[in-house]
Amino acid sequence: MAEHDILLQVEHLTKYFPLKGQPGPGIRAVEDVSVTLRRGETLGLVGESGCGKTTLGRTILRLHEPTSGAIVYDGVPLYRRDYPFQPNERGELVKRSVPRAQAVDMLPYRRRMQIIFQDPSASLDPRMTVGEIVGEALDIHKLCRGRAQRAARIRELLSMVGLNPEHAGRYPHEFSGGQQQRVGIARALAVEPEFIVCDEPISALDVSIQSQVVNMLEDMQAQLGLTYLFIAHDLSVVRHISRRIGVMYLGALVELSESWELCRRPLHPYTQTLLSAVPVPDPERARSRQRMVLQGDIPSPIHPPAGCRFHTRCPYAAGRCRKEVPPFREHTPGHWAACHLLGGDNPSAPVES
Amino acid sequence: MRLQQTPAPPPEGRPLLEVRDLRVSFFTPAGEVRAVRGITYQVDYGEVVGIVGESGSGKSVEAYAIMGLLQPPGRVVGGAVTFEGEDVLAFSPRALTTFRGGRAAMIFQNPMTSLNPVYSVGEQLMEALRAHQKAASRREAAQRAAGMLERVGIHNPERRMRQYPHELSGGMRQRVMIAMGLICHPKLLIADEPTTALDVTIQAQILELMKDLQRQTGMGILFITHNLGVVAELCHKVCVMYAGKLVEQGAVDDIFYRPGHPYTEGLLRSMPRLDDQERRRLIPIQGTPVDLLDPPAGCPFAPRCPHAMEVCLGRMPPYVELGPGHRSACWLRVREGLSTSPAGGEEASHG
Ligand SMILES: Nc1ncnc2c1ncn2[C@@H]1O[C@H](COP(=O)(O)OP(=O)(O)O)[C@@H](O)[C@H]1O
Ligand SMILES: Nc1ncnc2c1ncn2[C@@H]1O[C@H](COP(=O)(O)OP(=O)(O)O)[C@@H](O)[C@H]1O
Ligand code: SF4
Ligand code: SF4
Ligand SMILES: [Mg+2]
Ligand SMILES: [Mg+2]
Repeated sequence: MAEHDILLQVEHLTKYFPLKGQPGPGIRAVEDVSVTLRRGETLGLVGESGCGKTTLGRTILRLHEPTSGAIVYDGVPLYRRDYPFQPNERGELVKRSVPRAQAVDMLPYRRRMQIIFQDPSASLDPRMTVGEIVGEALDIHKLCRGRAQRAARIRELLSMVGLNPEHAGRYPHEFSGGQQQRVGIARALAVEPEFIVCDEPISALDVSIQSQVVNMLEDMQAQLGLTYLFIAHDLSVVRHISRRIGVMYLGALVELSESWELCRRPLHPYTQTLLSAVPVPDPERARSRQRMVLQGDIPSPIHPPAGCRFHTRCPYAAGRCRKEVPPFREHTPGHWAACHLLGGDNPSAPVES
Repeated sequence: MRLQQTPAPPPEGRPLLEVRDLRVSFFTPAGEVRAVRGITYQVDYGEVVGIVGESGSGKSVEAYAIMGLLQPPGRVVGGAVTFEGEDVLAFSPRALTTFRGGRAAMIFQNPMTSLNPVYSVGEQLMEALRAHQKAASRREAAQRAAGMLERVGIHNPERRMRQYPHELSGGMRQRVMIAMGLICHPKLLIADEPTTALDVTIQAQILELMKDLQRQTGMGILFITHNLGVVAELCHKVCVMYAGKLVEQGAVDDIFYRPGHPYTEGLLRSMPRLDDQERRRLIPIQGTPVDLLDPPAGCPFAPRCPHAMEVCLGRMPPYVELGPGHRSACWLRVREGLSTSPAGGEEASHG
């Protein structure tokens, strides 16, 4: 892969939310995540709620200040800091001193890196017209000279996302959920970004509207060469839109692969159960298939299980899984997973699903 | 363990629940919101019937009407609801309270709407039981409550009974609500999107649980959802709802393999599926849902339907029988010369 093909490199990125009055790391929302995004690709991110998808997306944009790790965007290090904890003799994480973070001013990058939120109504200011909402993004980055140019650009953006430009003077509540999400997308596109974190952009929408928005995101990507980090919990949608998919569990990346390969040959037991849980709109198959049902709930990210984080729910957990963290390894070209069962370079899955 | 009580064997020919031409409106300052506009279907003893449709199509309102839970300004403005031969809409308030939670129970998307935050799980379960079976002693009620929690897959029920709803995870609360719904062995359970707010992993647990409980108790279930995958997993029969009307109904295989209405076809085609063999461009349903303050005179789907004809705009299509128990309200099917019935087509007299 040529160097200039890489838009974003995330290395050992960690984000803890400290708990008041407690010395430890607090909520370990994202831990040691490394991933690379190529220009123009979509990387999907799936996992149960609370596993750290939103936190990862926001930390990459530095809307959350990272705890440690590195973010390199278009060859420029935006952030770098060593991991400020170490385990004591009881295995608890205690602070250690590390040099201060190296970080750049984000303002010039805010324009290039945008985010679209899950809840369209909550992310739009109800007191502003949609024209003002889109226009505000243009103003912050001084992208238009003169009122006429600004108005023309707002109209252009609204029609680009399939809204009637005559409706620029309307307020968010006058639009349906799907249309509000289009406003959110127009606002993100206003500043001509290269990279967009799409955080569950269709989850709040009706089934009949979801595919309209998915198609629009794909069209925008083709027209504008955008790179997406696409977060969603619906695996069928994520596979459809993404070239590669990362699977997160309790703050960690447990598997990463080309998206159809991931669904055809999931290596990690967690990915297998996740796939098996997706209801298939095919009654014949629903009747015949044997489901792997995951037992129990996701453990607390304040005290994630030692060793493999998935061991409390994994049907294959063995002694080693409770002690050693399984390394994140490449098992076949481009297919990474962290599980002791997979061994060193043995690519076979623990079970066929 | 089997539950002691199973429903009585179905009396000859009588369905468990019969809904006929049900109409519900909300009388708001802006006008009459016609949320449910004449729907007809039935649930047989031991049958799982799915109601699918997008948000605002009237699924919850319809269920509330069946349970006598409608609040003003909502009101049933027409039709009949018959449960084991009895007219539910004519029940006195007192008869309704014994009906709800007794012979019929309802569970909701958000368990906190039916769990009281200030009572422990055990107190609420025992209260639900004793409201209907006054004779049950406290000890007996506690035993039954613990047994029910175990039935819904909650380990260590004695400890859970002492906990309060906020101390439980989302999946656990949903199980407690199912236990509350089932504690009096209802013959009908209405489940209004009980898994919509849950992760797929927890959804899978709850669906497996509901399947098991249904098989063991033989209860009928009316399962409301917008997720076609969930319908395929669980239901015997499916009603497709659009803008307050049932546009198609049939056995689950009819709906998925032989859909007879453009809206059903559109829903099935629009979303990517994990069993797709290759990546394809999605084919969305164009346009946006209907405004129920001013619904179209003809087929409600006409503004979005790729096959809409002149007649569709002006007149509601009648039901067309496509096969045993499989009906669709669409002029395309009428044109094919199949036999029709007027159930879907009485709009004009109410307009
Ligand atoms: N601003 C915050 N402050 C404290 N904890 C947070 C904050 N944001 C997220 N968390 C916690 O971090 C974990 C990951 O959350 P999140 O990234 O929102 O997960 P996801 O998007 O996968 O559902 C959760 O335990 C959540 O409670
Ligand atoms: N209290 C109310 N006042 C006015 N309209 C209502 C009220 N409750 C529901 N509706 C209307 O009834 C229609 C159907 O709602 P609902 O049954 O909740 O839809 P679903 O459950 O299918 O999402 C909606 O269009 C909604 O606007
Ligand atoms: S490392 Fe062990 S516990 Fe973790 S996923 Fe693999 S088999 Fe399961
Ligand atoms: S009646 Fe007409 S508009 Fe309605 S679904 Fe059939 S073809 Fe389409
Ligand atoms: Mg999130
Ligand atoms: Mg509803």
